Amino acid sequence: MSFPWANEYTPTHPFMQWLDAKLPLPRFVYNAVGAGYPVPRNLNYFWNFGVLAGFCLVIQIVTGVILAMHYAANSDIAFASVEHIMRDVNWGWMMRYAHANGASAFFVVVYIHIFRGFFYGSYKAPREMIWLLGVVIFLLMMATAFMGYVLPWGQMSFWGAQVITGLFSAIPIVGNALHTWLLGGFAPDNAALNRFFSLHFLLPFVIVGLVILHIWALHIPGSSNPTGVEVKSESDTVPFHPYYTAKDGFGLGVFLVLYCALVFFFPNYLGHPDNYIPANPMQTPAHIVPEWYFWPFYAILRAFTQNFLFIPAKLMGVLAMFSAILMWFFLPWLDRSPVRSARYRPMYKWFLWVLVVDVVVLGYCGGSPAEEPFVMISQIAAIYYFLHFLVILPIVSSLERPEPLPFSITESVLGRDEQAALGVPA
Amino acid sequence: MFRKQPVFVRNLTPKEIAAAYAVPLSSLRDPQTLAERTKPGHENWLITMGVCTHLGCVPLGAAEGEPRGEFGGYFCPCHGSQYDTAARIRKGPAPKNLEVPDYKFTTPTSVTIG
Amino acid sequence: MIRIFAILAGLFFAAGLAWSFLLGASSYISEPPAKTAVEEYHQHPKELQLASDGAFGRFDNEQLQRGFQVYKEVCSNCHSLRYLAFRDLKDLGYNDDEVKAIAAQWSTKQPTFDPKTGDKGERPNVPADHFPLVYYAGQGTPPDLSLITKARHGGPAYVYSLLTGYQDQPAELLKRFPDAKVPEGLHYNPYFASLAIAMPPPLTADGQVSYGDGTKATRDQMAKDVAAFLVWTAEPSLEKRRQLGWAVLGFLIFATVLTYMAYQNVWAGKKGNH
Repeated sequence: MSFPWANEYTPTHPFMQWLDAKLPLPRFVYNAVGAGYPVPRNLNYFWNFGVLAGFCLVIQIVTGVILAMHYAANSDIAFASVEHIMRDVNWGWMMRYAHANGASAFFVVVYIHIFRGFFYGSYKAPREMIWLLGVVIFLLMMATAFMGYVLPWGQMSFWGAQVITGLFSAIPIVGNALHTWLLGGFAPDNAALNRFFSLHFLLPFVIVGLVILHIWALHIPGSSNPTGVEVKSESDTVPFHPYYTAKDGFGLGVFLVLYCALVFFFPNYLGHPDNYIPANPMQTPAHIVPEWYFWPFYAILRAFTQNFLFIPAKLMGVLAMFSAILMWFFLPWLDRSPVRSARYRPMYKWFLWVLVVDVVVLGYCGGSPAEEPFVMISQIAAIYYFLHFLVILPIVSSLERPEPLPFSITESVLGRDEQAALGVPA
Repeated sequence: MFRKQPVFVRNLTPKEIAAAYAVPLSSLRDPQTLAERTKPGHENWLITMGVCTHLGCVPLGAAEGEPRGEFGGYFCPCHGSQYDTAARIRKGPAPKNLEVPDYKFTTPTSVTIG
Repeated sequence: MIRIFAILAGLFFAAGLAWSFLLGASSYISEPPAKTAVEEYHQHPKELQLASDGAFGRFDNEQLQRGFQVYKEVCSNCHSLRYLAFRDLKDLGYNDDEVKAIAAQWSTKQPTFDPKTGDKGERPNVPADHFPLVYYAGQGTPPDLSLITKARHGGPAYVYSLLTGYQDQPAELLKRFPDAKVPEGLHYNPYFASLAIAMPPPLTADGQVSYGDGTKATRDQMAKDVAAFLVWTAEPSLEKRRQLGWAVLGFLIFATVLTYMAYQNVWAGKKGNH
């Protein structure tokens, strides 16, 4: 792995030399995120979001572990125990708001990170494995976030659990039995709450493991870059430390300012008022909506209102919703354009921006009540969503003529003349 | 309450019964007549689970003043499924009629579910 | 090969969606959904300004004390305040003795249970107790008010609008939607989600509560005061949260400027991103 010109770890202090011989953990860190990892010199701010996502995961685990010390996973007292955290636990309100809004911040960061992958073709060979692991992390994040939202046992928690586990009852033949088995009952209750709590605690650590694999896989080909041109020589790279630690430090500062503004001044803005009403199995809220980060997928689920051929509408909706993410697994093999970066792909670039608008529209419809015209709009938007990934991407690469790529990263940064003046081999 | 889920009991008016019989079976997604969904001699008592067959919400329309949808039965606010006066699915994403639990009349005025 | 499967799958989903769209659109055109009475007559909460609004908002303790008095004398007959303890009232500016007295004189007593004899009884409240639950046998289920301003769209403005929004059902509404007539025992209120609320108008006359601080207890004033009080019950830490927030933001902005300077310093002379 890594490039031949990477700095070698050479400890000078005898203790560090001893440690390096017994357990080369400092060497590992040095090569992973230290001066021993050469990174393209032209990364833009989109490349900050990987580190930010890792930071969000740490926030969530730290605040989550503290909250778990005071939370009671019992359907009779779960709601009251959350209020106990908010009112009586020292700094409990801050931990809870940091955790609830931390989930939102995590998704914002990850959605930008995923967009970076789409725009700069980061999923393409030789980085397919990084992409596949990333999609698995995203799926686990969604599962974790969903189960976390159930824990306060408010109205939205309860009905969210009812609706989402209800998706599994759409599966032919075994669906209803599977639904009952997943919940541990006919309706969400103590059994469901307890297992959700258990899994909500477990999954973040599984995500940590996958993040390590994700970064490991990244270090084999090295980071991609905005031109999509592979690293060719030492002048194309800079060591991760101090160049990108400094840049990530600044990115982290900006992120924390925005995140803390949310936590301290608008902590309930992204939540739903109904979740401050204790769960009531006898009464469904007027509009059940999931958290904002699920809205686009929720809109796809609801867009199927009619049976198609012999497939019931409900099954179609469930199939489509899961396919909407699972098809990302095939992305590296659907997009065959040899050019990675959308900067040099005139047609793909426009389709991608349409997709961004499309997902925002889907999200808006998903957060609105299931009424016209939102259902019709979400149907149109969902059509584009599927066509983009499954039809347009495979076809566009053979139709478009990419613009000329720069010869190397150095050339794109310095220009041809300056590069020649420096005597860098072209 | 049955299996921790609500049960709807509705005393149908003659007008509602007539409306339920007037619907041609072939137009239904899950064809059943009102007679199949009630007990002989008690056709006016419609007893169903109050659980939408789409994703399990509690439809509105059981209590006075709640919206009952276009077909005068129940209306599920989650995804807009509409049920008619025999609690049969008429419009929206739900695949089946509201489930009729096993029950029997133990006396003319009381039923046992299960 | 995989691309051919993908294109087929994409067309399959698109066709399913298009089918749903066509059927939905045709029924939307042939029989456009009629507006319901709720859609036509439900109103968003009125504007309400409180001292606790905004990023610099502070609670107005005199108003909170008045609001507490309205809760005590009017609302608490039916509505609980289960997540609050009497000791929390010290935040409103009551001293220890006053809190003790309020707890001891609270009309609903604290239930007790003797596990040895199995006897159930009750005792006067002490400051450490939460507000005792209120049971209500009549029509409707009065919600607990501890979190009400967080649990409704509009928060305090909703509470204020609801309390002052009772009126006769408009004749025009009855003419257009005869089915929407408010059933017996319910009351018309355009700020309530279904327009028909079980709670009878609680604030019936000016001067229903006599304030100790000389404020004129109009219905409007009482509604405002109790709404302000319920903002506090929903989140007693509100003021502290914002104060801390300013300190945190100030520090973070300073630190971020430093990291930006460090970043520029490290990259000086190295041309990278553009």
